[in-house]
Amino acid sequence: MSDIQVARRQRRWHIAVFLLPALIVYTAIMIVPLAQTLNLSLFHNDAQNAVHFVGIENFRTLFVEPRWAAQFWNALRNNFVFFLIHMVVQNPIGIALAALLSIPRLPGRAFYRTAFFVPTMLSFVIVGFAWKLILSPIWGVTPSILGAVHLKWLFAPWLGKESSALITVALISVWQFVGIPMMLIYAALLGIPDEVIEAAEMDGVVGPSQFWKIKLPLILPTIGIVSVLTFVGNFNAFDLIYSAQGALAGPNFSTDILGTFLYRTFFGFQLQLGDHYMGATIATVMFFIILAGVCAYLFLIQKRMRRYQF
Amino acid sequence: MTKTYLKASLASVAVLASLASFASAGAETVTLNIESWRNDDLQIWNEKIIPAFEKANPDIHLVFQPTAPTEYNAALNAKLSAGTAGDIITCRPFDASLDLFKKNQLTSLNDLSGIDKNFSEIAKAAWSTDDGKTTFCVPVASVLHGFIYNKDAFDKLKLTPPKTVAEFYQVLDKIKADGTYIPMAMGTKDQWEAATMGYQNIGPTYWKGEEGRKALVAGKEKLTDPEWVKPLQELAKWKDYLGDGYQAQAYPDSQNLFTLGRAAIYPAGSWEISQFKSQADFKMGAFPPPVEKEGDTCYISDHPDLGMGMNAKTAHPDAVKKFLAWLATPDFATIYSNALPGFFSLQSAKIDVKDPLAQEFLSWRGKCKSTIRSTYQILSRGTPNLENETWVATANVINGTQTPEEAAKHLQDGLDSWYKPDQK
Amino acid sequence: MRPARSSPARTGLVHLALIVWTIVALSPVILILMNSFKSRAGIFREPLMPPTGSTFSMIGYQTVLGEGHFIRYFGNSLIVTLVSIFFVLLFGAMAAFALSEYRFRLNTALGLFLALGIMIPIRLGTIGILQMMAASGLVDTHLALILVYTAQGIPLAVFILAEFMQQVSADLKNAARIDGLSEYTIFFRLVLPLVRPAMATVAVFTMIPIWNDLWFPLILAPGESTRTVTLGAQLFLGQFVTNWNAVLSALSLAILPVLILYFIFSRQLIRGITAGAVK
Repeated sequence: MSDIQVARRQRRWHIAVFLLPALIVYTAIMIVPLAQTLNLSLFHNDAQNAVHFVGIENFRTLFVEPRWAAQFWNALRNNFVFFLIHMVVQNPIGIALAALLSIPRLPGRAFYRTAFFVPTMLSFVIVGFAWKLILSPIWGVTPSILGAVHLKWLFAPWLGKESSALITVALISVWQFVGIPMMLIYAALLGIPDEVIEAAEMDGVVGPSQFWKIKLPLILPTIGIVSVLTFVGNFNAFDLIYSAQGALAGPNFSTDILGTFLYRTFFGFQLQLGDHYMGATIATVMFFIILAGVCAYLFLIQKRMRRYQF
Repeated sequence: MTKTYLKASLASVAVLASLASFASAGAETVTLNIESWRNDDLQIWNEKIIPAFEKANPDIHLVFQPTAPTEYNAALNAKLSAGTAGDIITCRPFDASLDLFKKNQLTSLNDLSGIDKNFSEIAKAAWSTDDGKTTFCVPVASVLHGFIYNKDAFDKLKLTPPKTVAEFYQVLDKIKADGTYIPMAMGTKDQWEAATMGYQNIGPTYWKGEEGRKALVAGKEKLTDPEWVKPLQELAKWKDYLGDGYQAQAYPDSQNLFTLGRAAIYPAGSWEISQFKSQADFKMGAFPPPVEKEGDTCYISDHPDLGMGMNAKTAHPDAVKKFLAWLATPDFATIYSNALPGFFSLQSAKIDVKDPLAQEFLSWRGKCKSTIRSTYQILSRGTPNLENETWVATANVINGTQTPEEAAKHLQDGLDSWYKPDQK
Repeated sequence: MRPARSSPARTGLVHLALIVWTIVALSPVILILMNSFKSRAGIFREPLMPPTGSTFSMIGYQTVLGEGHFIRYFGNSLIVTLVSIFFVLLFGAMAAFALSEYRFRLNTALGLFLALGIMIPIRLGTIGILQMMAASGLVDTHLALILVYTAQGIPLAVFILAEFMQQVSADLKNAARIDGLSEYTIFFRLVLPLVRPAMATVAVFTMIPIWNDLWFPLILAPGESTRTVTLGAQLFLGQFVTNWNAVLSALSLAILPVLILYFIFSRQLIRGITAGAVK
């Protein structure tokens, strides 16, 4: 046995040791139960509660049967709106805040950083309550603030109107979660070595142009991660809408996204009994949507992205 | 790292196992866990109901373990499937519990003492099989609908509780014209207020209670018939009397608007009584849903809401049955009804309720014809679910985003898509 | 020749922007804190007003602390959260290192496999998980929750840490290998310190959903002795009556430990670690 082979075998063992703990816990506790559940999408129960294999029949129901299809497409469309709002509002704000925070020798940095992150730490119960109180036409927080600046006419019961509820909930979600892109980008900006910055300064690239020309290209991989995490998070989102708008995602399903549709179907709601088979079907479709997004990122974007090693 | 982790987990399993065996060996009394969605009643169970039962049955210890109501069904189903649910299950009415019984997760209680004698067929209907032969939960409580009003406000504006629909709107108009109070405290944000406090409250008057409900179940009437569209048309008129921005007004907002004295009338369920009593600093009265013409029969929604049954996998079926049999006695009914005025006993025996507002509600049982909520029995068995659709439709009607006729057609179409009355 | 980096006007603008967002971020939180010290009528009559003589009330906090067990609930939440974070970081970083450092067959496949977990809500596996925990006697133990949260946290940790580890200089690692350091030493002594900011970020992201989770404590550990703060607070959310004083107080109190943990983790974000390690 040559030395090279020995080295290679040793290296293989390292890989296994590094990978196994995560793989074991993750596979046993997460993947196996989830696979069991998703498998249900190929079955259905009949009137006598007997379970039959039905192939892709459930998927046909979801896409073709008018009532299911209407709910599904409505939820999917709303979900895309929800995601777009996060992409154009949450992520730019997150990047901007991180960029400002990373200005050298900024007084109060720790305070700001903590303040921006506090909403992210709150439970959904509190967030739902706080914003319902703030936006409520009855208890008058927003109307009186707007009234103080003579803009009361702008006020409407936003969370109760079909035209504005989804945007309002999405903005609340942005408010809550902007801390996540901020932290990731901030960590990436901190990772840029001083040497790089100093070299830029030598060349006279400072201030905003330093950010655009030097730092932004360096943190592009992180922005990619943030985008894909936003995508995944938004297409799995559920709790905020559930606590602010209820399981029926009112008014008139205008805030219904895939997550709320899934939970309502899978676990049931009020008199509607949980339907594990159709629920699993929706979950499977969601899974493929998210998988497609993540694969697009991994194979199309990440592969082409230039990484800098420091 | 993995090794220590595994060791640690094994060790903790061993410790737990020994603890468990120690606990069961040392105890003579049986502990029964009660699953419930009634967080609201935790105190009443711990301070009144459980002590009363344990006093008579010192060998049984009860633990009331409520879950947030929105999570209850899902959590209970998961725990029942995995065999970790409590011994005693609080039963939702109709299909949710029927489904548990069909899956053999609840047991038949036909042989329970008192179940035949102390309850009428109607009282048991919500927790019996469709043929009425098997009952699987002890009926505990029903709730009534009507309107609670601010008596001080009515006195100040010299109003009397309306009896007819015309008077109802006159009263609302006067309150609105005066401007001190919001005429009616109800919002459409949570949607169920519109369906439950609105539609199921005033509806029976138009569809003639059980008569109409049974005709609907039998397929002889349709939701698009005038007697079913009329309540939606009435609801559409309500929007003029609700507070500003009622579209974003949630259920707790409505409760607080009324108890803080800002609204004059509250379309209510009787369950509000005890909370309102403790929170409002004004006198309150109640009136039943108004009738169309003076002298018409009045109809009220008297809806079975809560029962209790036995987890089929319990380790202590005898102790559970002892407790359930106790629930069927007037002793329990008296304690429960008075601890929770507004939750009325379903037992045939007359139970003395001391709270005057609860008495007022209860008196309607004598004057009016009772019915249950139209969407609960059988009609919400398929997809789309009629009850949930009704929430959305009634809220839409009040919001003005759907006409009553459109809403009715939407509901009937949904029902037609899966419900064939002849094959019931 | 170092150009002036901070003209007073620009610094002023920067602070203005930061202060505006601070107000946006914090005012709803302050509203909650303020109202947690008021009576019910005070909350709904004048939600904007700070507590005054007539509306000041500790009733919420009294109810919460009067429940008696809340201290224990805090302990349970802390145990579950901290132990889970530890395993997520350890296992996650190890796996991320393997995936980002070595070329081997199945690398991409395993990476994708580990990422699947962020694409399906783990809640859907509830019944399988509960059956597994019931079979192994782990219901109503901290370990049940720790296992679930560790599994739940690993995908995101691997995803983020692998990205950051790609950026660690290969020269540095190869130099260490030439010096005869083992792969384990390279990982623990060299790479981990270099990705400390990313580790801190992952710790924070892992902590929040665990701390605020209601579902798994409800299903796996509803018993009195293992109940978490979030589950304890939901007892005040009734079917018809919600004790908002108690809910606001309980959840306001529940912010404190996460805030402290956040402070601890965010100290790892100190600049200069990278440079220090290279030298």
